[in-house]
Amino acid sequence: MRPFMYTRAATPDEAVRAMASSGPETRFLAGGTTLFDLMKLGVETPRNIVDINSVAALTRFDTSGSRELVFGALARMSDVAADPKLVADYPVLSESLWRAASQQVRNMATVGGNLLQRTRCEYFRSGEPFACNKRKPGTGCAAKDGINRGHALLGGSDACIAVYPGDWAIGLVALDAMIDIIGPRGERSIAVEDLHLEPRDTPHIESTLDRDELIVRIRVPVSPVGRASVYHKIRDRESYAFALASAAVALTLEHDTVTEARIAIGGVATRPWRAHDAERGLVGHSLTSDTALRAGHAALAGASATTANGFRVELAARTVADALMIAKARA
Amino acid sequence: MNQCDARIVGVETRMTVNGTPYTIRLDPRSSLLDVLRERLRFTGTKKGCDHGQCGACTVHVNGRRVVSCLMLAVQADGREVATIEGLSRHGEPLHPMQQAFVDHDALQCGYCTPGQIMAAVACVHEGHASSTDEIREYMSGNICRCGAYVGIVAAVEAAAAKMTGV
Repeated sequence: MRPFMYTRAATPDEAVRAMASSGPETRFLAGGTTLFDLMKLGVETPRNIVDINSVAALTRFDTSGSRELVFGALARMSDVAADPKLVADYPVLSESLWRAASQQVRNMATVGGNLLQRTRCEYFRSGEPFACNKRKPGTGCAAKDGINRGHALLGGSDACIAVYPGDWAIGLVALDAMIDIIGPRGERSIAVEDLHLEPRDTPHIESTLDRDELIVRIRVPVSPVGRASVYHKIRDRESYAFALASAAVALTLEHDTVTEARIAIGGVATRPWRAHDAERGLVGHSLTSDTALRAGHAALAGASATTANGFRVELAARTVADALMIAKARA
Repeated sequence: MNQCDARIVGVETRMTVNGTPYTIRLDPRSSLLDVLRERLRFTGTKKGCDHGQCGACTVHVNGRRVVSCLMLAVQADGREVATIEGLSRHGEPLHPMQQAFVDHDALQCGYCTPGQIMAAVACVHEGHASSTDEIREYMSGNICRCGAYVGIVAAVEAAAAKMTGV
């Protein structure tokens, strides 16, 4: 592993200053479960590490507010997953956390860092001799004609079809969450839905976050839509695996009629994928297994399969449909 | 801010392992796993995949289970680390979880066992061992290539009853 300079920051301002005074090959270290892993693989080769784990102000979260749930970026996945308010009133968020990784990893990984989790594409992770435009721009994409059973159906480009692997961001996008960001040019806020980028012809640029900016907070609007919600995740094995397809769904119903629907899908797209058209198609209709499946297919509109991942189009549509019926049962 | 060119002098790190304090200078690239095994000689903690996928390296940091292969050792500065060696000392009776693994034949080759046991102790302390389904879910980060899962689940269930007095 390439040697690096290690710096510890005690406050968010200190972290931003340390980043600003270092070169471009500097990374913030939060839970480290992605960064350290990729450093061992030689995919990440930072010259400087700014460890932000001592920034105590960012470890707190508060779900008791009347307008927003607020999560410090360094809150650990396991702690947030177990929050009684989330379990009861926003199961989609709690489930998106505890159905991810293992309890050991969730005790380390942070809710801020998790948003920027890198893809599990094996050609990205394996390094040379495989071509990967995300790892090394301009080299090509070995997945296109390679082992691509797990690759993206939505949002891919000629340059890259790597899946965004996270779960938490899918739930957050469904609930219109925001993130607060600090950097040398001050503070700004954006919707989680505007954080991640499709690869287009620059797959190495994965988010709208500048290199020297730091996510400090995640905010979720308080809403009754969280109550009838679910994060439904389909995997090759029952636990501790990435999604073949997943759906974050939240509903409000009057009798059987949908008055509000939120649908976001994971494991099948190059970024968290909100299915606005599928949502609109449900509102005003009664939710039955037929309308749920129609919404599932609408969510996969525009899906483009490779040589080995075609089965996941129908799988994902049915995952959405099942999620809708589970959410309905919770209403 | 604490900054130094660690490539030259190392990063001074203080941690407690099984109750004993250590102060060591570390190459910041070192994983907690490698420091435990190679520097401090707590070789009970095993290296399996070295990428957080198998759980063989599970230890407790400040009472919470982590995979020590994905933690920089410098991140353990000021923390209390517990390894399998700390569960019961030589000459003392085994920890109830260790005894349950023996009683329920919860291993074959034994390589994953220290990680399984450290994960299982935490699983009980977290309150995640109330049913076999819950045990399976919250032990899923520990892979056993021999496939001793039936014994492992039975051992965790039995030890949980002893540890929580149910």
